[in-house]
Amino acid sequence: MTAAVFFGCTFIAFGPAAALFLLTIARDPLRVIFLIAGAFFWLVSLLLSSLVWFITVQMSNKNSAAQQKGLLIFGVVLSVLLQEVFRFAYYKLLKKANEGLLAISQEDTMPISIRQLSYVSGLGFGFMSGAFSVVNILSDSVGPGTVGIHGDSQHYFISSAFMTLAIILLHMFWAVVFFEACERQKWWSLGTVVLSHLLVSCLTFVNPQYEGSLIPTYIILSVMAGWAFSCAGGTLRNLKLCLTCKDKDFLLANHRPR
Amino acid sequence: MNTSDSEEDACNERTALVQSESPSLPSYTRQNDPQHSTTEPKRRRHANSDSEAGCVTHGGVGTATEREPGHGPDGEDEELTLKYGAKHVIMLFVPVTLCMVVVVATIKSVSFYTEKNGQQLIYTPFTEDTNSVGQRLLNSVLNTIIMISVIVVMTIFLVLLYKYRCYKFIHGWLILSSLMLLFWFSYMYLGEVFKTYNVAMDYPTVAMIIWNFGAVGMICIHWKGPLQLQQAYLIVISALMALVFIKYLPEWSAWVILGAISVYDLIAVLCPKGPLRMLVETAQERNEPIFPALIYSSAMVWMVGMANPSQASDTADRSAGRYWHRYCLRISPLIRRRVKLGLGDFIFYSVLVGKAAATGEDWNTTLACFVAILIGLCLTLLLLAIFKKALPALPISITFGLVFYFSTDNLVRPFMDNLAAHQYYI
Repeated sequence: MTAAVFFGCTFIAFGPAAALFLLTIARDPLRVIFLIAGAFFWLVSLLLSSLVWFITVQMSNKNSAAQQKGLLIFGVVLSVLLQEVFRFAYYKLLKKANEGLLAISQEDTMPISIRQLSYVSGLGFGFMSGAFSVVNILSDSVGPGTVGIHGDSQHYFISSAFMTLAIILLHMFWAVVFFEACERQKWWSLGTVVLSHLLVSCLTFVNPQYEGSLIPTYIILSVMAGWAFSCAGGTLRNLKLCLTCKDKDFLLANHRPR
Repeated sequence: MNTSDSEEDACNERTALVQSESPSLPSYTRQNDPQHSTTEPKRRRHANSDSEAGCVTHGGVGTATEREPGHGPDGEDEELTLKYGAKHVIMLFVPVTLCMVVVVATIKSVSFYTEKNGQQLIYTPFTEDTNSVGQRLLNSVLNTIIMISVIVVMTIFLVLLYKYRCYKFIHGWLILSSLMLLFWFSYMYLGEVFKTYNVAMDYPTVAMIIWNFGAVGMICIHWKGPLQLQQAYLIVISALMALVFIKYLPEWSAWVILGAISVYDLIAVLCPKGPLRMLVETAQERNEPIFPALIYSSAMVWMVGMANPSQASDTADRSAGRYWHRYCLRISPLIRRRVKLGLGDFIFYSVLVGKAAATGEDWNTTLACFVAILIGLCLTLLLLAIFKKALPALPISITFGLVFYFSTDNLVRPFMDNLAAHQYYI
């Protein structure tokens, strides 16, 4: 029973992201490196926000539950903002690195485009965010125990898994839109990305009323998916051509010899 | 348990991060390429003037490059460096990750390696079961001093042996240490795994398994074998060594030792009088590769036409130390790049991640250390590409790993636990 929950939740949480990684990133070493670097940047942002939260907790009244909850909410908001700051910092670093690479290499084109970098870095952020959120929960789901023995929700594991899935994919879409907004200097788009991240995190405050958090999160996910798709250059026409296997560029690109 | 001296060998020798030309070997020459016959002797001379990378030790990465003759200078080289630089990084990420995965999986499942029953190595004689924090700290620092001095002495001894051409002694020492790892430690490991999963096993079967495992390992590492099998064996012995360290090093001593060994690595490789540097320079003067075995080599070879390995091994056998030629089939005149990483690096990375996994139920710390070490390795390789000289591979990764371990354990863990308890997501 517990093994079923463990494997089920793992595959729900990481399945699509792992598929994306294996199919699009694993073969290209440069993308793997940028993915891991993205994960590192997310980690540093988490570290900083934890540090601030820790300091505020040490200075506060540890017995007051309301104060602790308030500090936790403050920690969440701070963490979201720091993540976006680090996403911007990573964007700046990638731009510099790309320009450097272009200057050094003799080729005319960059080895990896900024759009690919946005996708890869978003997935890196997402992997790390998802892993940190859910790995401990997954390891607990293997062990003996009873879910919700003190009256908490029975759906703890599966809702965590679905939330993690949403977060990972959202990070990817946010990064695509974010980088595009930075490239085109569209600061409103940037603001919207930050606000939607904040919204998704704040929606989780209503947990364990999962209808209040999961459903809006998935709505935001579909909206961001569409937006990221159009930022990446997708149109309905492209989509139709791709799905009916009539897209000549795509077919040619995939038939090139290795 | 008092371990014998030879146990230290696998981690005593040090590898430098060396960018060097590959040594001369008659590479397969294409019929239609007349350049090669004329440039061959030039390349040989040029190759012999640099050292062959990496002696057997911890703390280093070596890159051997053989460049296509007749190419223009830096422009082409830079392009190739970029194009294949990423591949090198991944070629090192994969084995390092595998080693760490083996160690973490063992730590989390086999409780033997996390049980502390008071046994310690003779190199760390001071106990940490003291009453006061100050005393414990002092004991761990003393343990570290002893351990590092043992390592320094062993390294200097090795350098002296090499300087006075006692190749047989060195070779015998290496064979003894890999014998011990492949037979004794793997027997212990197998025994503990069987105990954990309550598997009934008889001695004849175990004898056969261990004999086969060990014999094939000795052949692969010290003689000839398929590259991937050799790589797998090197990963396995690094993991075994790391597990022994995790078990027998006391808590605080292990962390201080990790820090101290990165500092030592930095000094040994970069200072002019450092033992490692002297080793590398001696090898350069003699135009010899440094030590066989105990270097992880990931050969990336583009095959053009047929290989001629017998020819390669003839010339490879010429001097006492050219074992590592056998690891990488030199079969193409095109650009060949090979990256080598000392097993000591594998061992200490895995010790760090293994200790992170051993302390507590938290997986976040392990993940954080893992990512930190990979990023450190990436930066180290980047520095290698920029500076093109001997660099130590331990300091950056271990520093990142230590910083992330302590900060994740003390700062991030309570934050994430609180978030998970309320099911808030960031």
